[in-house]
Amino acid sequence: MVHRSHGKTFGSKDMAMKNFLFHILITGVYLCMVVGTTRATTIHVGKQHVIQSITQAIAKAENGDTIIVHGGLYQEENILITKSLSLIGIDNPVIDAQKKHEPVSIEANHVTIKGFTIKNSAHSSIKDVAAIKIYNGRYVSIQNNILDNNFFGIYLQNAKNCHIENNRLQTYGETERLVGNGIHAWKSDSITILNNEIFGHRDGIYLEFVTHTQVDRNVAQHNLRYGLHFMFSHDNQYHYNTFKANGAGVAVMYTQRVRMEHNIFEENWGDATYGLLLKDITDSHIQHNTFVKNTTGIFMEGSNRIQIEQNSFENNGWAIKIFTSCMHNTLSRNTFIQNTFDVATNGGKMTNTFQGNYWDNYEGYDLNKDGIGDVPHHPVSLFSMLVERYPAAMLLFRSFMVTLFDRSEKMIPSLTPENLKDEEPLMKPIRQLTESSTKHAIR
Amino acid sequence: MIKIEKLSKHFGKLQALKNIDLSLMPGQCISLIGPNGSGKTTLIKSILGMVVPSSGSIYFEDKNINREWAYRSDIGYMPQKGEYPENMSIGQVLDMMIDIRKTPSHLLDNELYEKFELESMLDKRMRTLSGGTRQKVSACLAFMFNPKVLILDEPTAGLDPVATEILKEKIIQEKEKNKLILITSHVLSDLDDLVSQIIYMQDGQLRFHKSLAELKADTGTDKLSRAIAHVMGYKNLTKEVIHEQ
Amino acid sequence: MNNKIIKYVISDLLRNRTILFYTLVLLALSLSIFFMEDNTDKGIASMLNLVLFVVPLVCIVFSTIYLYNSTEFIALLVSQPLKRQSIWLSIFIGLASAMTLTFLVGVGIPTFIFAYSSSGITLVIGGLLLSLIFVSIAMWTAVRIRDKSKGIGLAIILWLYFAVIFDAMLLFLLFQFADYPIEKMMIAVSMLNPIDISRILILLEIDLSAMMGYTGAIFRNFFGTHTGMLITGFVMLLWTALPLWFATRYFKKKDL
Repeated sequence: MVHRSHGKTFGSKDMAMKNFLFHILITGVYLCMVVGTTRATTIHVGKQHVIQSITQAIAKAENGDTIIVHGGLYQEENILITKSLSLIGIDNPVIDAQKKHEPVSIEANHVTIKGFTIKNSAHSSIKDVAAIKIYNGRYVSIQNNILDNNFFGIYLQNAKNCHIENNRLQTYGETERLVGNGIHAWKSDSITILNNEIFGHRDGIYLEFVTHTQVDRNVAQHNLRYGLHFMFSHDNQYHYNTFKANGAGVAVMYTQRVRMEHNIFEENWGDATYGLLLKDITDSHIQHNTFVKNTTGIFMEGSNRIQIEQNSFENNGWAIKIFTSCMHNTLSRNTFIQNTFDVATNGGKMTNTFQGNYWDNYEGYDLNKDGIGDVPHHPVSLFSMLVERYPAAMLLFRSFMVTLFDRSEKMIPSLTPENLKDEEPLMKPIRQLTESSTKHAIR
Repeated sequence: MIKIEKLSKHFGKLQALKNIDLSLMPGQCISLIGPNGSGKTTLIKSILGMVVPSSGSIYFEDKNINREWAYRSDIGYMPQKGEYPENMSIGQVLDMMIDIRKTPSHLLDNELYEKFELESMLDKRMRTLSGGTRQKVSACLAFMFNPKVLILDEPTAGLDPVATEILKEKIIQEKEKNKLILITSHVLSDLDDLVSQIIYMQDGQLRFHKSLAELKADTGTDKLSRAIAHVMGYKNLTKEVIHEQ
Repeated sequence: MNNKIIKYVISDLLRNRTILFYTLVLLALSLSIFFMEDNTDKGIASMLNLVLFVVPLVCIVFSTIYLYNSTEFIALLVSQPLKRQSIWLSIFIGLASAMTLTFLVGVGIPTFIFAYSSSGITLVIGGLLLSLIFVSIAMWTAVRIRDKSKGIGLAIILWLYFAVIFDAMLLFLLFQFADYPIEKMMIAVSMLNPIDISRILILLEIDLSAMMGYTGAIFRNFFGTHTGMLITGFVMLLWTALPLWFATRYFKKKDL
């Protein structure tokens, strides 16, 4: 188990430290159980063994025991874990709930589930059935599992200090109603979600009332609604995740103190689709992210005091749509390349700062060669304002008329917000984030 | 050979040809004369199918030429002003025409080509040529395919005296081969020794079509030019007569 | 059609100084655009102006002038044992081949070298079709109007109409009827202008992300489907064929 800290500031370091301590603690606890106490035993389950069902093994086990489940198909009813146990799968044991039950439920602390394939959970509109559901658990670790064709994938309810790593979740429903979220956490705290891959769920990762949580290096792709969706979840961090071609990108709402760094938002296409939707977010950091080929890279509404720095926006329809309800945000050192529109807004007044970004369609000059353009750049084009009001005008984009409009507006600004400008536009992009991050996306 | 019946042509309000009847025979060398705008060129172009008649018909060897094109392989035409694609060389123009006509090379009449010494200029581009040289090319093309009918629009205009003489000889030679030759010209004296028939046109109407002998007898002069002058004077005279009546 | 005439028209045109100059200018502009822009799609966006503006202008004006300068030659051809229709179509094919060849050398080759992508291919196909269409329109202009200077004037006005005035009218229409769902109508109206059709097809390549938005999606749902592409292709062919057809019909009866 490798834990990486990407934090640079005090907050994230603190967080990382916390997690690190937690891992040591958990390992210590295991060691105590396995080595220190003579009572801890290992129970084998499988065709060649006396005990052939997992339920049976759990019934026999005591707190701190390890159950080794050997390869084979296990079609049991709900496997309910109420003791502190480690369930380790060897040679890929398959738990098949045959669409009738919740495959695994955990109602205990210190539980490990590792190396299983869990499939075909029941679907229920009354109860949120999940492949693995954790009720009020502490120190639960879910690792290296394959969750296939379940309603919800991993469901944490009122959990704390849990660890979810290296799982692969996939389901195949056609509509949002028929599929649940991949990793779903509700009212939880200090969860680590690491290196998981989530396909075809409703939301890839959904967090509600979740705090102090770290979501790192996950890939959410082709999920029906959002790749990542969180609400009322403060003090969380998201690093190195890839959100690609999800129904509507990533949505973060009603949240404070979020760090979103080094993520990739890609090919989130559609009318109400955004790479990243920010609604009522405050005091957060969005840094070093890459937004590629989204209809809208970032859509901001009612969000204040957000540092948007050193992100890269490439080939988006609109790199940023920032509404006048957003105040005191800072956009600096970002790179804008080949977006149809860099910035769009709905009004004139702006209290947001654009400073020291690289705009590929900046037409100014740098006489003193300090790398900073000598004339300010106005990233909002007249045509982008026109398209906001008359969407069908998009048809005329890149026509002579429109080019003429934009040119004349550039010379004599009248309709575009005068104070939305970058006083220190960079002559060269900061650094190419894309190369390393694209590789990360492709894996 | 060529028969024209009740041919009329309007260009908008202007009536270029009025009810023309003509019959032209092989072996005739006809001079088509008349003042500017009298309809000579329109008549020629009608025969060539370049102008579509408003009414009436033209028969070539007893076949109506309306919507036909193959008959034109029997006609050699030398336009008043020979313009060719400016970047083509003389050689290419000749090659192209030979390609279009599909005449086997042993049947080609290269006499004018040789006498005008075009061979030495084969690589010259058309845009670099003088008007006279272009006329030579046009003449050469008109005679090259041994056509039964030759239509020459102002053939001697722009040609130097030597070339004019060569061309005249060629025309006489062709006349003797029993071909029909139709020439329009302003410079009457050039044609005195060639012409066997005169067609005189004015205001789109055919004034008369007579043999040279007839015309000379009627007007009592021996020279073609004088005979024509007489005709024109005579016409003025009749106008006065009509007026007086 | 007569292969000989086609061959001679092409060989005449390929030696034409204007054509050579035009090819070199296109080549120089394309190369400088691609050398200056390291981003392919940005290069294509800059090329767009060249293809939508310069190509139609040169095609229509040059072809019109060429046809007027060839009046006597065409008359001479008509006096030969040739069908008028085949003369006219041969001249069209000759002109069209020369203009498309020029375009391929000046724009096609640089684009394929520096931007061999779906947007690059769309750009080249669009430019080729525009070349054909504006040669075809030139054929119509030159056959209908006898006077050379008036004819060239009309050619320039037609170009101005397709390149600028049409879009201005479209924009005006858009403002007037902004409260109605006019997107579908806009697609229909844009079909009336081959330059707009080409532009939208290229937009769907280089501004795909933006075109995935609400209205864009309507355009994309039309132009992006097989039926839409089929209709678009058919309309472009119609734009080539119709002016040529009218011109040929007129030429058959024209007095030369």
